[in-house]
Amino acid sequence: MKKQITRRGFLKGAGLVLAMTATPAGVQLLNVSQSLAADQDFRPHAFIEIAPDDTFTVWVGQTELGQGTHTGIAMILADEVGADWDRVQVKMAPAGKAFLDPLYKMQFTGGSTSIRHRWDLFRQVGAAAREMLIQAAAQKWGVKPSECRAENGKVTGKGGKSLSFGQLAAKAATLPVPNKPRPKPARDYTIIGTKRDRLDIPGKVAGSTVFGYDFKLPGMLLATLARPPAYGAKPKSFNADAAKAVKGVVAVIPLGDKVAVCATDTWAAMAGREALDIKWSPGTLPELDNANLDKWYQDYLAKPGVVAHKTGDAPAALGKAAKKLKAAYKFPYLAHATLEPMNCTALVEKDRCRIWAPTQGQTPAQMAGAKVTKLPMDKIEVMTLYAGGGFGRRVEFDVVVEAVLLSKITKRPVKVVWAREDDFKNDFYRPGAACSVEGGLDAKGNLVSWVHKIATPSIMSRLMPQAVKKGVDHTSVEGVDNMDYVLPNRLVEFMMVKLPIPVGFWRSVGNSFNPFVVECFLDELAAAAGKDPLEFRLNLLKKGSRARDTLEFLAQKANWGSPVPAGRGRGLAVRSCFGSSAGHVAEVSVDPKSGTVKVHKLVCVIDCGIAVFPDAVKTQMQGGAIMALSAAFKERVEFAGGGVQTANYDDYPLLSMAEVPEIEVHIAKSRHKVGGVGELPIPTVAPAVANAIFDACGVRLRELPFDTGKLKKG
Amino acid sequence: MLTLKVNGKTHKVDASKETPLLWVLRDQLGFTGVKYGCGIGECGTCTVLIDGKAERSCTITADSVQGQEIVTIEGLPADHPVKQAWISEQVPQCGYCQPGMILQAVDVLTSQPGASKGDMAQAMDDVICRCGTHPRVLSAMELAAGKMKGSGGAS
Ligand code: FES
Ligand code: FES
Repeated sequence: MKKQITRRGFLKGAGLVLAMTATPAGVQLLNVSQSLAADQDFRPHAFIEIAPDDTFTVWVGQTELGQGTHTGIAMILADEVGADWDRVQVKMAPAGKAFLDPLYKMQFTGGSTSIRHRWDLFRQVGAAAREMLIQAAAQKWGVKPSECRAENGKVTGKGGKSLSFGQLAAKAATLPVPNKPRPKPARDYTIIGTKRDRLDIPGKVAGSTVFGYDFKLPGMLLATLARPPAYGAKPKSFNADAAKAVKGVVAVIPLGDKVAVCATDTWAAMAGREALDIKWSPGTLPELDNANLDKWYQDYLAKPGVVAHKTGDAPAALGKAAKKLKAAYKFPYLAHATLEPMNCTALVEKDRCRIWAPTQGQTPAQMAGAKVTKLPMDKIEVMTLYAGGGFGRRVEFDVVVEAVLLSKITKRPVKVVWAREDDFKNDFYRPGAACSVEGGLDAKGNLVSWVHKIATPSIMSRLMPQAVKKGVDHTSVEGVDNMDYVLPNRLVEFMMVKLPIPVGFWRSVGNSFNPFVVECFLDELAAAAGKDPLEFRLNLLKKGSRARDTLEFLAQKANWGSPVPAGRGRGLAVRSCFGSSAGHVAEVSVDPKSGTVKVHKLVCVIDCGIAVFPDAVKTQMQGGAIMALSAAFKERVEFAGGGVQTANYDDYPLLSMAEVPEIEVHIAKSRHKVGGVGELPIPTVAPAVANAIFDACGVRLRELPFDTGKLKKG
Repeated sequence: MLTLKVNGKTHKVDASKETPLLWVLRDQLGFTGVKYGCGIGECGTCTVLIDGKAERSCTITADSVQGQEIVTIEGLPADHPVKQAWISEQVPQCGYCQPGMILQAVDVLTSQPGASKGDMAQAMDDVICRCGTHPRVLSAMELAAGKMKGSGGAS
């Protein structure tokens, strides 16, 4: 069994397998073809495997969440080696040290880092394989390597000599790994930056892709858990017999403040849970509801905060300003609402623990497994499955703990499945926030002061307390403390909201709300200064800065300054984050009778450095814009009775097909390094729309989701 | 014992009468292309074709569709114009909603052969996709519609 799982798909012998291994000195590239052939007890995490039949396999440690990263990574490696794209396949590797993020030393998929942090690494692995294949051919032919080329899955030499990678793999496997492999210059790319079909799409269209929810082991139990309806609530009583009376229910297991129902099939586990008829104690904060939450946020906002950023003397400059503006903003808690609910399968044995999960956080899952089983980390094997969306939710390991615990108790493989209601009620939400900002203009309309307050809970306090420095969680204030604009006087204060509502990473994190305040307030200031929003921003951005280049590119693509069609308004916003820069121009109209806003068109631009896989960049920009519009117009988690009231999609509607506007995406030709993509479409959609709404009807909406009722005239 | 006809084959399953078709298909018959998303008929990811009509398998009992033709994503031929269009337009992102999207699109394109893009958007308005594949769903549907017209309709 062990062999089957760890070596799944490795072709023994005869092939070239290049692996990375982590050493104290860093990551080291290894030729492990020999050890595999000798079947030694060695578990490499191969990046590239070239088989005698010319199959070119790329092993990845990053999770495919829908963003296309599996194909993108394969494109980089295939291009660097000179592979024939038609022979390339990608496989998800078991979690391992080789796949740790080179910067963060953890294996996870998030923060738009999959390619951004590994660009050099991938290219070096590819270049090493290429040089080894060339060397093998050169030795066979008795020529110099410099006379040979690797392309389209072959090495060719003078006089029509040609051998396929598969034919060379055995020989290449006996060669040492070059010390300093030399990646190709960009002008030689033939796969990077081109249109390719995604490698995961055929299975997804056929219906054969195995997502976490679909995974099965022989003898596996299906488990659901009844969870507290309010924060801090505990089960006072439950009817285990009634649950066990449901056909298929095998066991009812109290698990702290939860009660698990294990069954032979999913429906029985769900029906058994219903039958438990649990009585809960009231939670620790029964007064938590929408109205109180709003009030508590306002109280926090009124308190003095911790300084998160200070340039010049903003309060003094504000005092001297010729014109002053003030505005307040509110943001709701948001759910990730991934279409595949949380789930995890685990099998705990005496000396090892295996976890199969659609996880974005392999290292956190391993750590959770180790903690529950008390086994060492290297005895925790994590197999990553396809995930039905992630958006940050799946870096958490709550469901992993549940599955490992239940397998440990039942001594059987257990798959914990969450119902949609579990998912909405037990999320690590995008934190709600209340913000206020004051700005001052001098007599010429120059922006001379910016005083900004942010009241929001801290994500890092729970996940990585050491990242909270001097009381400031950077993820809470990002977008304001590091805004793209250069201002002479700027003060940013942070009030850390403390509530039992758990908060976590949600696509673009703090950048999902802070840039809304910045971009909308800038628009207000521009209007007060009598300046065009584009011109006003350009004056605040350094020449040659990425944000400025992006803004200019955006203005050009959206034809900013051209007449807006009658009855419509136009708005823009820009933001650099996650190693890239993006912006949006929205065109909207507002129906004065109903207040209904129609978004007619969204122009999106992104500068992500080299766009490795342009079609995936495009779909991320499109899909992300839809998610951001959905959040702007519709999404809000509701609270009542000390817990979450939102239960299912009928309480939390998403933007629907007929509401999706025309979305145009432009990718900048960039001189910058490879940057992130997945987070970039989010930050600037809502402010661009809000600014367009103001342009159309003169009303500022400063709360999300938009209350379009405020736009009604008369 | 229930008798279900799925993807052209007859299956006998031991399930209680009130079990939703979704769980019988997934857990008992292994058609895991049929996905669970909400369990209340809101999202459409559990969609199957029943006698050619797109239905949400989470809200109908297996018992109620005995004797009818059930088609899951696995049973829709690989060369079906909708599946082909989905690949050429590169529609799926995470892919979780896609079986439902595809099967509902098959129903829409079969029952409304002359549908405009706007009609298609309306007809697909109740299927949830968190990844935002909406624009490509519509372009794939337009592509498939053209092919289905050319071949005199298919399904
Ligand atoms: S699972 Fe059936 S409609 Fe959502
Ligand atoms: S493709 Fe992910 S939910 Fe639709």
